[in-house]
Amino acid sequence: MATAQTEIKVTPQIAAEHGITPEEYARIQEILGRVPNITELGIFTVMWSEHCSYKSSKVHLKRLPTRGKLVVQGPGENAGVVDIGDGLVAAFKIESHNHPSYVEPFQGATTGVGGILRDIFTMGARPIAVLDSLRFGEITASPTTSEEDAAKNRRILDGVVRGVGSYGNCFGVPTIGGEVAFEPCYAQNPLVNALALGIARKEEIFLAKAKGIGNPVIYVGAKTGRDGIHGASLLASAEFTEESQQKRPNVQVGDPFMEKLLLEACLEAMKTGAVVAIQDMGAAGLTCSTCEMASRGATGIEIDLAKVPQRETGMTPYEIMLSESQERMLLVAEKGREHEVLAVFKKWGLDATVVGDVTDGGMLVVKDHGRLAAQIPAHPLAEEGPVYNRPIAEPTPRKETENDWYKFAAEGANLTANFQKLLASPTIASKRWITEQYDSMVRTNTLAGPGASDAAVVRLKETKRALALATDGNGRWCQLNPKVGAMHAVAEAARNVATSGARPIAATNCLNFGSPEKPEVMWQFSQAIDGVGEACVALGTPITGGNVSFYNETLGKSIYPTPVIGILGILEDASKILKVAFRNVGDAIVLLDGATFRTPAPLQQARELSSSEYAKTIAGIVAGEPPAIDLHAEKRLIDAMVALAEAGTVRSAHDLSDGGLAVALAECCFASNGLGASVELDAAAAAEFALFGEHGTRAILSVAPEQVAAVLATARQYDLGALQIGKVTGDNALRIQYKGVAVVSAPIPTLKDQWAHSLERNLKIQ
Amino acid sequence: MKFGVVVFPGSNCDHDAFHAIGHVLQKPVEFIWHQSEDLHQCDAVILPGGFSYGDYLRTGAIARFSPVMKSVEKFANSGGLVLGICNGFQILLEAGLLPGAMMRNSGLRFICKHVHIRVESTSSPFTCAAQQGQILTIPIAHSDGNYTCDAATLKELDKNQQILFRYTSGDGKDDAAGNPNGSVANIAGICNRARNVAGLMPHPERAVEQMLDSNDGLVVFRSMIEALVGTAKATA
Repeated sequence: MATAQTEIKVTPQIAAEHGITPEEYARIQEILGRVPNITELGIFTVMWSEHCSYKSSKVHLKRLPTRGKLVVQGPGENAGVVDIGDGLVAAFKIESHNHPSYVEPFQGATTGVGGILRDIFTMGARPIAVLDSLRFGEITASPTTSEEDAAKNRRILDGVVRGVGSYGNCFGVPTIGGEVAFEPCYAQNPLVNALALGIARKEEIFLAKAKGIGNPVIYVGAKTGRDGIHGASLLASAEFTEESQQKRPNVQVGDPFMEKLLLEACLEAMKTGAVVAIQDMGAAGLTCSTCEMASRGATGIEIDLAKVPQRETGMTPYEIMLSESQERMLLVAEKGREHEVLAVFKKWGLDATVVGDVTDGGMLVVKDHGRLAAQIPAHPLAEEGPVYNRPIAEPTPRKETENDWYKFAAEGANLTANFQKLLASPTIASKRWITEQYDSMVRTNTLAGPGASDAAVVRLKETKRALALATDGNGRWCQLNPKVGAMHAVAEAARNVATSGARPIAATNCLNFGSPEKPEVMWQFSQAIDGVGEACVALGTPITGGNVSFYNETLGKSIYPTPVIGILGILEDASKILKVAFRNVGDAIVLLDGATFRTPAPLQQARELSSSEYAKTIAGIVAGEPPAIDLHAEKRLIDAMVALAEAGTVRSAHDLSDGGLAVALAECCFASNGLGASVELDAAAAAEFALFGEHGTRAILSVAPEQVAAVLATARQYDLGALQIGKVTGDNALRIQYKGVAVVSAPIPTLKDQWAHSLERNLKIQ
Repeated sequence: MKFGVVVFPGSNCDHDAFHAIGHVLQKPVEFIWHQSEDLHQCDAVILPGGFSYGDYLRTGAIARFSPVMKSVEKFANSGGLVLGICNGFQILLEAGLLPGAMMRNSGLRFICKHVHIRVESTSSPFTCAAQQGQILTIPIAHSDGNYTCDAATLKELDKNQQILFRYTSGDGKDDAAGNPNGSVANIAGICNRARNVAGLMPHPERAVEQMLDSNDGLVVFRSMIEALVGTAKATA
């Protein structure tokens, strides 16, 4: 009997078992004017889950800047949209799929990529690039990680990488960038944040507003099954316990081939002009797409579940409404023209069925074989969910002394061995082993794939332009200081876009945090929001969308707060792209430095270096403070980089980040064709601080000798420090001197071997 | 002269092949839907890369039953030029238009990177514009590129100069070192006995502009154009 479950009588206790608080339950009864039935309770549970309702983050998200003259669509739609000129717009967004990727790494990652791609083509935009920001636990045994746990982390990484690759490769979108970092805190809660970018003609953008009373509501794509029920509420909105593996059935299963057909069919259907609105069925599936489309359109929707294509028999209304089966879309067509839409889906061999229509009166009405299964006012369900201003408490400040900080090696010590160890650390080592498993070239627009430039760059074939994208986020720094760490995330992503030559124009964010029910976590969140907001204002990159992922904790232990920022930029002339690789022997190496503060005192240098990848790798220290940041200087550096690229006066550019100057120099050599470098360090700082310090607002440029004066003049114009620190050499070696003594000196092939093969060696894969 | 690019459900390099021929080389080209049994009077047909039918069951195994493949077979048997790239190569193997079969890469992983291939024979409509022994830098992107065939077939391929491309190192001296997927005899591409049907795993359509890091793939399409022009002259 299909309706058996609807006859379960809802009690406060059943509501509590659904994770609904007594206050929320009272509010539900107030909205309905009665006690909900079990299907209605299920619908409220998913819509009011943390994942769908943003109930704990809403009050803070309001502080983010979301307007800008290029912003066509800010947060609230399936993706943000910005004007990129020539009548084109870019739709882009980043989203998390963290918990599913721990429970079932392959499927968790595939459906993460699939979900964000649907968000993009739902807007009428064709996806042209994907980036992935991944965080894993340590993949080698250490004092903090047992060999058993390391092996598990390696398996999670392998599954996630295969999953990301399998979906994007088959779908036919290039996976062109992102970042991967490792910290013990992500061991039982990896982060899988996927960003997708699409383009469309400005007038062809689609929104998800159900308009036109009587218009048919059409279900298209894969059939509905029992997979992913309560994915949004149970998986994404609760912390993990030892029983989390039992949640495997809550993870959805992806089918990239189906999604590829759905993409082509949706874009073709939109071209008929008969589509009024469209929304993908992602989190909370049919529930979310019906009530959100109705709410945004100030209409109602009535559907009959008997018409929904189903993969299994005997599904109850509760199950059908809550299923998160993938590769499904809901669209509203113009009445009388539905056959045009249905014909397109038939051509692509996809299910497409009229399941209901748009109604007057604002109600979401769900019938099952004509019998009423649920009846809820759409707007309060979608928009008037609970909003919590959760308690915030700053954690007790860390009490640190200089004994907790990194101790510099004696002056004159040779640091080559430390440097090699740093190059082999998984966070810094080459990610080639991962990125080669992704098709980074399909669609033949990739001007800079993984590692070639600081940002991933794709050209727009119909114009002279290219788009640049970068994601960044340093969880360790955010743990030490969430506000400053969050500012760095924005600044680094923007800087990476600028060092490719592109002007940063807009941002998307994925905010990964622990449980919002902990005041310390809410403090981290609030601080991070302030940091992201301030940085985005200063750098002129409004937030156009994104996602909040709370409850990233296992057995009560939170991850580092990890806001991941994606920044989009425009390169006006694609041929002026700047890449990382040194290009000519004899070119000057110029360090561009926007820091307005003097070199810190030695103790302060030690404190700052204690937050670096170097201190963690060499001494196991995670302490101190992230480097101070001057956002105005960051903005000047960005502007200078755009001007330098435009003027064509530099041959290569690379920003300084993880591993500092030494790592950046090495990467410029590794990317080149057998070139080396010889450099003299700043003698005002300790050698290790000058080599491995990670303060921002810096980039290294290689410049033809005859252009050095012009580059230095441009730097002055933007009030930036600029110093020629050395030369590109032809002897295939990296030599770094400090006060006249070589502190790092090694052949490039030796260094490169450590860096290039560390990942697969650590993964124990031949 | 007109090229046709077949679109199977799941093809995803169809637009790239179209771009290479239509925009970069400025030759007439159109898409051919897989359900069409009509090849639109094209003079050369390209089966593009991608994941036709999701590569379910086995790469190319379902696509070979598409209605369009009947016409492609007829076209091939009457001497028409057919080029299969990556998934297109796999489909040609499944359809029996080329000998041999494809296995998973020896490393059991998808690989996307630039590789070096050497032109082994210039006596084909797909390589006639190239130099014998020329080394091309062209990307691969596949999970199943480990070409294999029995010893007798390999001998035939060799004897008839049907091996058009072999993987090799950058300097062209160490073929095994340049083989990314374990394919037998380092084979990257072959043609049929009549030399009018060819398949290769690397993607020449991804290497047609210097800004994409290589334009070495152009020589494959230029060869086809030269061959078609030659045929047109001969029959004029």
